[in-house]
Amino acid sequence: MNPQLTPDGRLKHLLTLDGLPRAILIQILDTAESFMDVGEREVKKVPLLRGKSIFNLFFEPSTRTRTTFEIAAKRLSADVVNLNIATSSQSKGETILDTVDNLAAMHADMFVVRHAQSGAAHFIARHVAPHISVVNAGDGRHAHPTQGLLDVFTIRRYKGAFHNLRVAIVGDLLHSRVARSQIHALTTLGVPEVRVIAPKTLLPAGVEHMGIKVYHDMEAGLRDCDVVIMLRLQNERMKGARLPSAQEYFKFYGLTPDKLALAKPDAIVMHPGPMNRGVEIDSEVADGPQSVILPQVTYGIAVRMAVMALLAGASA
Amino acid sequence: MKIHIQNGHVVDPKNLIDRPADVYIVAGKIVAVGHAPADFHANRTIDATGLIVCPGLVDLSVRLREPGFEYKATLESEMLAAASGGVTSLACPPDTDPPLDEPGLVEMLKFRARNLPGPRVYPIGALTQKLEGRALTEMAELTEAGCVAFTHADAPITDTQVLLRALEYAATFGYSVWLRPQDVYLARGGVAHDGAVASRLGLPGIPALAETVALATILQLARETGARVHIARLSTRDGIAMVRAAKAQGLGISCDVATTHLHLCENDLVGFDAQMHLAPPVRSVRDRDAIREALRDGSIDAICSDHTPVDEDEKQVPFGESAPGASGVELLLPLTLKWARSMGVSLNQAIDLISWKPAQILGIPVGHLSVGASADLCAFDEHAEWQVTSRTLKSQGKNTPFLNHLMQGRVRYTVIDGHIDFEAPLLRRPNDV
Repeated sequence: MNPQLTPDGRLKHLLTLDGLPRAILIQILDTAESFMDVGEREVKKVPLLRGKSIFNLFFEPSTRTRTTFEIAAKRLSADVVNLNIATSSQSKGETILDTVDNLAAMHADMFVVRHAQSGAAHFIARHVAPHISVVNAGDGRHAHPTQGLLDVFTIRRYKGAFHNLRVAIVGDLLHSRVARSQIHALTTLGVPEVRVIAPKTLLPAGVEHMGIKVYHDMEAGLRDCDVVIMLRLQNERMKGARLPSAQEYFKFYGLTPDKLALAKPDAIVMHPGPMNRGVEIDSEVADGPQSVILPQVTYGIAVRMAVMALLAGASA
Repeated sequence: MKIHIQNGHVVDPKNLIDRPADVYIVAGKIVAVGHAPADFHANRTIDATGLIVCPGLVDLSVRLREPGFEYKATLESEMLAAASGGVTSLACPPDTDPPLDEPGLVEMLKFRARNLPGPRVYPIGALTQKLEGRALTEMAELTEAGCVAFTHADAPITDTQVLLRALEYAATFGYSVWLRPQDVYLARGGVAHDGAVASRLGLPGIPALAETVALATILQLARETGARVHIARLSTRDGIAMVRAAKAQGLGISCDVATTHLHLCENDLVGFDAQMHLAPPVRSVRDRDAIREALRDGSIDAICSDHTPVDEDEKQVPFGESAPGASGVELLLPLTLKWARSMGVSLNQAIDLISWKPAQILGIPVGHLSVGASADLCAFDEHAEWQVTSRTLKSQGKNTPFLNHLMQGRVRYTVIDGHIDFEAPLLRRPNDV
């Protein structure tokens, strides 16, 4: 049973893209498309979620994701409360469930949750009252479904379709919730070839069971790709004996103009942000003509609006 | 007190008995199996019609949580739970607070347990002081106080030289050392089997290598020192193969597995249910099937519950933050029977793995129904079904992956030292009027 769906197959929570039907992904992308013009209007608001209370529960710090969720909720006319719990009640020893129960008592309609533990959003979804929806805004290494959705939204905007694409994801797959959500979205939407490129120390066990092709050689992996997705490399990976240095990583797995030239000439370059220039990506590529990194951010708002609108049961 | 257990079907693996027979008990000893001794007049007759009568179960790992963790469970609650599960002897690991590293603590525990109804309690002493992996404990004193073996429980010994010295010292006196093989560095930070499922769920992994690398060290040290080593809680196919090979080469070791690992695998982690957070982690289907097969072919010597009651709050958190472990002493029998039924294994062999075999590992004179032996036995209905719920479990720990599951096999009577320490109410059968 999929905990994200209602018995009649509608979206109840958005916890992961793993196992989500293709039709629902398409519905979210199409709904996001219909919201694209809202941000360009003089009055950037639609009244779909008027009177609804949305709580951004961030147990882990975030700027970009939290801000785009906030903007998305406000454009839908919802009331938004941001809680950075990493620095408040958790340090006072309150359990997650107590926090959630207290906020539910304030008549919350939706929780947007980020947490350092994989499965935290599932855990909260299992405990909230039936009328409350939970959106996973990133849990541990597990999932970041709205990021995965905005990435495929971006790809669809630039490439039009999925069935004829070759997509490469480069970098720290092991620790990346973004990569996991991207892989599920891409494979569900019918991308015939998803490649991952990384050294063995940054690949999770059994990654080949996720319907992808594994490359350790970036030049071979990028050849003839339509889309190149770079992942963020956290500095602490250098400490855990996973990599010797940022310099050596950049030499083999950093995206430079030379390496990008191996992909198709019209390949697009994506990055979920925040970027480490000179570690995983060269500035010349990040700011170059093939980069769609800033449009990704813009589309993120429309995609998050779509998710929240669908969860609230409103059809756009 | 004279007890007559009549009309039951006796299964006594040690004595190769598997037939309808009455059992006669006088003053805490078994005096006859089969025909009544002359002049036997029972004070109490137990009607065991339709029941299996077998040696009381021997559980190699039951955490009683005393001293120090009374909020998780108490001696009273866990001994009653064990008795209701048919367990008449249990070994408790030393990972209490403080750990069982001093004779006084062991004596106190034995004293407390002796004054409560329920199973015989056999403490396993701490192998090192405070389970810190640095200084040896006074093993001889601890043995005198009642410890039957020594272990490090789930606490790591990172310093291999300390482990070598501990085994040498234990070997000097012939003490048995129980070790759960897990390399502390390879397991560091992990909460689930490092495989396709944990990767998909983003749960930090504990590779099978963490078991096999540690096991290679332990086996080599056992060869070198001649210590009596028992390998606790094997979880991997490769680990089983290593133990099998070492035994074939003549190394005198034994090993056990936990009931949970006969039935669960990494696929059960989908959904992030913290009840599935166990130590060692449940592994791949391949590993689980290897455990099931190795029990059948005798490569694994015993099944234990690895009973670990935890506080409810410790499971009401995201998976990775939850405390590992499952309450299980009441499920030792039904989960063993479930394995036996699905593998076509005889009742005799199944009961052997939870009575006579573990008794030999502990070196205690129980686990059989020989004339003259202590009257430790249980009578159970192998077909009766019951549901595992927080109400039906007597343990204070309601944490089990089998919550709400139906179990087949229900203990009706547990006799310990000639006393009926547990007696279940008769269930009304559906076809009874």
